Amino acid sequence: MTTEVEFCAPKNLAEALEFLALNRDKKTWILAGGTDIMPAINSRQISPLAVLDIWGLRELRILEQHQRHLTLGPLTTFSEMMQDPRIGQTVPLLREAAQSVGAVQIQNRGTLGGNIANASPAGDVLPVLAVHNAVLELRSAKGSRNVEFNAFYSGYKQSVLKPDELIYRIHVPIQWPQQIPYWRKLGTRQAQAISKVAIAAIAEVRGGILQDIRIGLGAVAPTVVRAKKTEDTLRGRRLDNRLIQAAGEIIQSDICPIDDIRSTARFRRRTTTNILRRFLSDLKLAHRGM
Amino acid sequence: MKIDCTINGSPTVLDVSPMRRLIDLLREEMKLTGTKEGCGEGECGACTVLIDGEAVNSCLVIASQIQGRQVVTIEGLTPRSGLTPLQESFVRKGGLQCGICTPGMIVAARALLDKNLEPDALEIRTAIAGNLCRCTGYHRIVDSILEAAELERSRLSLVDTAPPDL
Ligand SMILES: Cc1cc2nc3c(=O)[nH]c(=O)nc-3n(C[C@H](O)[C@H](O)[C@H](O)COP(=O)(O)OP(=O)(O)OC[C@H]3O[C@@H](n4cnc5c(N)ncnc54)[C@H](O)[C@@H]3O)c2cc1C
Ligand code: FES
Ligand code: FES
Repeated sequence: MTTEVEFCAPKNLAEALEFLALNRDKKTWILAGGTDIMPAINSRQISPLAVLDIWGLRELRILEQHQRHLTLGPLTTFSEMMQDPRIGQTVPLLREAAQSVGAVQIQNRGTLGGNIANASPAGDVLPVLAVHNAVLELRSAKGSRNVEFNAFYSGYKQSVLKPDELIYRIHVPIQWPQQIPYWRKLGTRQAQAISKVAIAAIAEVRGGILQDIRIGLGAVAPTVVRAKKTEDTLRGRRLDNRLIQAAGEIIQSDICPIDDIRSTARFRRRTTTNILRRFLSDLKLAHRGM
Repeated sequence: MKIDCTINGSPTVLDVSPMRRLIDLLREEMKLTGTKEGCGEGECGACTVLIDGEAVNSCLVIASQIQGRQVVTIEGLTPRSGLTPLQESFVRKGGLQCGICTPGMIVAARALLDKNLEPDALEIRTAIAGNLCRCTGYHRIVDSILEAAELERSRLSLVDTAPPDL
C-alpha cells in the first residue's frame, strides 16, 4: 500500500514547507497525531499519494502566554490542553473541550491543528475557538498570513487552507475575569463519542444586563457556527425569563442541523434550545441581585 | 527508512517503510504478538501500547513516528517468569474472560498507575474508557485495577520503611 507514496518526515519547518510546495498538485496529507487520518487510511476511505509527517517538528509544539492572548502550536495535544495550567487559567474552555474528547489514547495523540484542519462540524475545540475569536496563522514557503478562525471554513469540510500551507500557530485571546465560560457537549456516551450537539459560550453580566455574549455551536450546521442572531438579540438586554424564552426560539434560525448516523435534526434542534435556556437560566440565578 | 527507537527497553534499529503501522511492526517484524488489533480505527484500545510512557493506539501510529521514542508493549510489562501484581489482580478478581482486550487493558492501567497510584473507581473508568471489553462488563476490571493499586502501594510503603541497606 505504501510503495508509491511520496513520504517526508521533515527535520525542520523549512523542509516541511518545501515538501508542501513541491507536491502542491498531489494533495499532500499532513499527518499530525493521525487520529483522523489513520482510521481513514486503515478503512481505505483515503489513499494518500503524498504524506508529510509533522509529528516530530519541535517548531510546531510551542506554547506562549502573552498579555492578551495565548499562542499555541498546532501539535498541542488534547492531553496538553487538559494539563497545562497556562491553558487552564487563560482559556478554560479549551481544557473543558479537550476533556470531553475521545479517550486517553486519543487525547494523547489528537492535536489542536488536526481538529481545526479536519474541518468536521463536530470538532470539539472548534466552538471554543469560535467564541474566543481566535486567529490562525497559516504558513507556506512564501510566508505567513493570518486568517480569522470565524472566516476559516468555507463549507462542509472545506476551508481556505491552500495545498501548500499548514496551520502554523493558533492565537487565542484570553478570557477576562468578568467573562463567564460555559461548555456543554452531548454525545452517546461520555468517552469516544463524537458530539451530537456542542455549545461553547462566554458571557458578561453586569447589573442584571447581559453586556456581552458569544455562542459557538458544534454539529448543528455544515460548519461550526456562531449563533449571531441569538447573540444580537441577547446583547445589552436584561436577563429575564421572557428573554430566555425568546432566545431559545431565535437560536433555531442560527442552525441547520441534519439527520446522520449519530443523531436526528429534530433532536439537535430541541437540544440546542434546551441547552441554551439552561445556560441562560443558570447565568440569571448566579447573578441575582448583582 | 531507518528507525532508531527503544522497544521494551532494548535499543532497536528497524529498516521499514515509514508508513508501516506500529501495530504491524510490533506483531510482524518484532513478533510481539501480545498487542492485539480489534478495530483498526482507534475505537477499541486492544492495540494500546506506551510511547514515552503515554497510552496510545498502535493502529494509529506509523513507523516514522517512533523515531527516537521509547515503546513499551504488554511483553515489556511482563516478567520472564510469573506475573506482575497488576496481572495477578486481573486473574484473581476475574478481570478477564476471553482475554482479547486484556493486553490493552493492562497497558492502559499501567499508564494510569504510573501517574496515580491512588486512583478511585471513576479515575479508573476514565483511564480505560478507550478500551472496550465484550465479556466482563467492566466491574471486575475496575476491581482488579483497584486491588493492584492497593498491592503496589503496600509494596512501596514496605520499601519506604525498610532500613537503608548501606
Ligand atoms: C476513537 C476516536 C474518538 C474521537 N473523538 C473525538 C471527539 O470526541 N471530539 C473531537 O473533536 N474529535 C474526536 N476524534 C477526532 C480526532 O481525534 C480529532 O479531530 C483530532 O483533533 C485530530 O488531530 P490529529 O492530530 O490526530 O489529526 P490527523 O489525523 O493527523 O489530521 C487530521 C487532519 O488535519 C490535517 N492537519 C493536521 N495538522 C495540520 C496542520 N498543522 N496544518 C494543516 N493541516 C493539518 C491533516 O492533513 C488531516 O486532514 C476522535 C477520533 C477517534 C479515532
Ligand atoms: S485496534 Fe487500535 S484501537 Fe482498535
Ligand atoms: S475479556 Fe473478552 S473482550 Fe474483554
